[in-house]
Amino acid sequence: MTPLLSVRDLRVGFGRNPAANEVVKGVSFDLAPGETLAIVGESGSGKSVTALSVNRLVDFGGGRITNGSILLQRSDGSTLDVAKADEKVLRTIRGRDVGMIFQEPMTSLNPVHTVGAQIEEAFRLNRGLHGADAERAALEVLERVRIPDAKSRLAYYPHQLSGGMRQRVMIAMALASSPRLLIADEPTTALDVTVQAQIMALLAELRAETGMSMIFITHDIGLVAGIADRIMVMQHGLAVEQNTTDAVLDNPQHDYTKHLLNAVPHFTSGKAVRADGERAATSEPIIKVDDLVVRFPVKKGLFKPKGAIHAVDGVSFDLMPGETLAIVGESGSGKSTTARAILGLVEKHRGAIAAKAGRSRRPIQMVFQDPFASLNPRLNVEALMAEPAIANGQKLDDALRDRMRFLLDRVGLPADVLNRYPHQFSGGQRQRLCIARVLMLNPDVVVLDEAVSALDVSVQARVLDLLVDLQREFSLAYLFISHDMAVVERIAHRIAVMYAGQIVEIGEARSVLADPQHSYTRRLISAVPAVERRRQHFAVDATQVPSLVRPAGYEPPPANWREAGRDHRVRIEETK
Amino acid sequence: MNYVVQRLLTFPLILLGVSVLVFISIRLVPGDAITAMLGTEAGLLTPAQRAALAAYFGIDQPVWAQYLRWLTGLFQGDLGISSIYGKPVLTVILERFPLTLQLALMSMVIALSIGVPLGVFAATRNEKPSDLVVRILAMLGQSTPSFVIGVLIIYVLSVFFGVVPAMGTFTPLTVDPLASIGQLIFPAVTLGFAFAASVTRISRSAMLDVLSDDYIRTARSKGASQRSVVWRHALPNALIPVVTLSGVEFGYLLGGAVIVEQIFALPGLGRLVLDAITQRDYALVQGTVLFIAFNFLLVNLLVDLAYVALDPRIRIGGR
Repeated sequence: MTPLLSVRDLRVGFGRNPAANEVVKGVSFDLAPGETLAIVGESGSGKSVTALSVNRLVDFGGGRITNGSILLQRSDGSTLDVAKADEKVLRTIRGRDVGMIFQEPMTSLNPVHTVGAQIEEAFRLNRGLHGADAERAALEVLERVRIPDAKSRLAYYPHQLSGGMRQRVMIAMALASSPRLLIADEPTTALDVTVQAQIMALLAELRAETGMSMIFITHDIGLVAGIADRIMVMQHGLAVEQNTTDAVLDNPQHDYTKHLLNAVPHFTSGKAVRADGERAATSEPIIKVDDLVVRFPVKKGLFKPKGAIHAVDGVSFDLMPGETLAIVGESGSGKSTTARAILGLVEKHRGAIAAKAGRSRRPIQMVFQDPFASLNPRLNVEALMAEPAIANGQKLDDALRDRMRFLLDRVGLPADVLNRYPHQFSGGQRQRLCIARVLMLNPDVVVLDEAVSALDVSVQARVLDLLVDLQREFSLAYLFISHDMAVVERIAHRIAVMYAGQIVEIGEARSVLADPQHSYTRRLISAVPAVERRRQHFAVDATQVPSLVRPAGYEPPPANWREAGRDHRVRIEETK
Repeated sequence: MNYVVQRLLTFPLILLGVSVLVFISIRLVPGDAITAMLGTEAGLLTPAQRAALAAYFGIDQPVWAQYLRWLTGLFQGDLGISSIYGKPVLTVILERFPLTLQLALMSMVIALSIGVPLGVFAATRNEKPSDLVVRILAMLGQSTPSFVIGVLIIYVLSVFFGVVPAMGTFTPLTVDPLASIGQLIFPAVTLGFAFAASVTRISRSAMLDVLSDDYIRTARSKGASQRSVVWRHALPNALIPVVTLSGVEFGYLLGGAVIVEQIFALPGLGRLVLDAITQRDYALVQGTVLFIAFNFLLVNLLVDLAYVALDPRIRIGGR
């Protein structure tokens, strides 16, 4: 069978001298009709540029194809070399032969046009449908991507929809012209894990319905295990390995593929939890949180009654010295708000947060998610690290500089970086810098709010190892906030699962991950992609997170708990 | 709509603040109204005559009492009598305002109809020679003083075409639309030149921002043409800074354009304020400044309403 797409020795460069600035350095692959190819790699590997070359959107990002051919079978049977086609011809393949969905559903839809208008445009451009015909077609395709109440959604603007809904709209738009090839560029990376599972199941079903080919770009090899026929692993602009999915996963040839499969955290249902840090029943908790409630008032106009967003609703837990408690949950579950309340960054509505007097005046410190945004670009490392100390009345003297060098060494940065600025470091190095900074005040507790989520997967693994080492050396307690179960499995002693502002399950990590009791925990864990579960089939599940906006005066019913193990408590669910 | 009501409620407070400031500051300027009015002849007045005149204009009382009297009058629609013109202040202002309003509108129309397309064009040709030409033109337009352009226009018209722009009395739009527009077209071009330059620059930078947004890539992935991408997908998202700038500039123009009015000998609000200040016509200064401030607030409100119309995220609250 002739391939739908045949790419040979593709080279793509950027800037004024593209040949000297190549990001893709000679990639070749074939894609048969109906086949799904996954391109796996980390940021900078050239995987997105490769995919964007197939419909030449790469031109608009400043890229130039310097060499190679991209032969595409068009729906009329002719073959087109995309690499050499001019813009006018390319416009006819975009949308019509090649559909595309992107990483960021939040920003990929035009905010000033309704969802309906944007889908109708796709029908107008590629099928010549107008007016009522286009509207009917838009409604049909919205129903095909399983959007509930599709008719009224047509009049919605993108900002009125959740991330998962927006990604469905994107898929609907890409499907409008029944393309024979769909390129999905990290379509679920920005989404919650249960929503990710929904989108993946949807894509699998649509592929079966339409028989289209797919190129699926991702950094998460576990995610594509269930959907791809073939996998191409990319590193530094080269395809280092490509083969059938089973061959790549079960018998990887290249070192980098082995590294991606082994060094990177993959979720294993509690088999990879830490063995250290047995909880001593006698010791006193360093932080004790009791019935914490955080609410944000909602104004509904001048005279209407006010309600409140119940961001955190009656959360209680304690944290022992030297222990890691991971708080897991999806966006809007209240996990970050809980962390912020403990640091006093948001005002609590009710509840008690008791911190035992620690080694320093500021026993709790925090590391944030984005290492690029949390370092002031105009301060050098010395000034950045001195800041917490100076803010607490110390002087920038040789003793302080010695401590900086000591900590930089501990986090794996050379001591001569004190005069450098943040932009001279990579993402992983910056996060190491942030970690060294919080250790300046010798804290007892470090709150890590999605601290490794912005990092590349292999960097993630190394930072996690560093965190474990530092925890032992400085006997730190971690409050580790994350949405990523695979990461949590590597670092947590105990896990608290949050859902809609409440803890639904809390306990020893192995017990919670291997034997989840609450229905939400189960759903969350079953949604985590895993290489070893790749043959499991997932049905489309359209469960939505409930609204957290409550009328004024609303109080949630008291929580009832049951014991599911020695250190494992589950909130009893109301039976409907 | 709540928002509009709230804004309208703040208007009187702001205007009150403006009026207090003007009332005090004009009285801090050395010299007094009687000297300014009569010139050297003021020296001939006996103290009794001077006192009588001061009492006639109400400037013999303490400032706060003058202010209260003025404020009481204001609530009855009485801004006082202009000492220069011997007519009610409001009448004087309303005689001058149509010219200023028409001039401001014409300048804005010129600025937007040149600036927006030019800015969009430059953005789509980013870093190419044509973009560079537009950027140099815009820089020139912004940095050339309006009197240079005004004088240049008059010179070119009179020397090469033998045309002298109509000056002096203003023909209102209602009397003879063509003559009225004809009379103001050259001053409007003069003002519109710099205005268009600012609009060009801001449209260009806003478009450049928007053109690199993700939804533009989405539109292209659907097969949208360059024209549709630029005008349908990008421009509506780039208009907000253009509207903001236009509102501010338009608000300034409604306060009169002293230099251009002077060059083209036009009786607009700008020269009125200047005359009122130099001749210590307290009532007229207070009245015009209040009027100008009110217009500025109104324009700002219109700008906010334009945001609402342009951006559904403001129009329909978030989830």
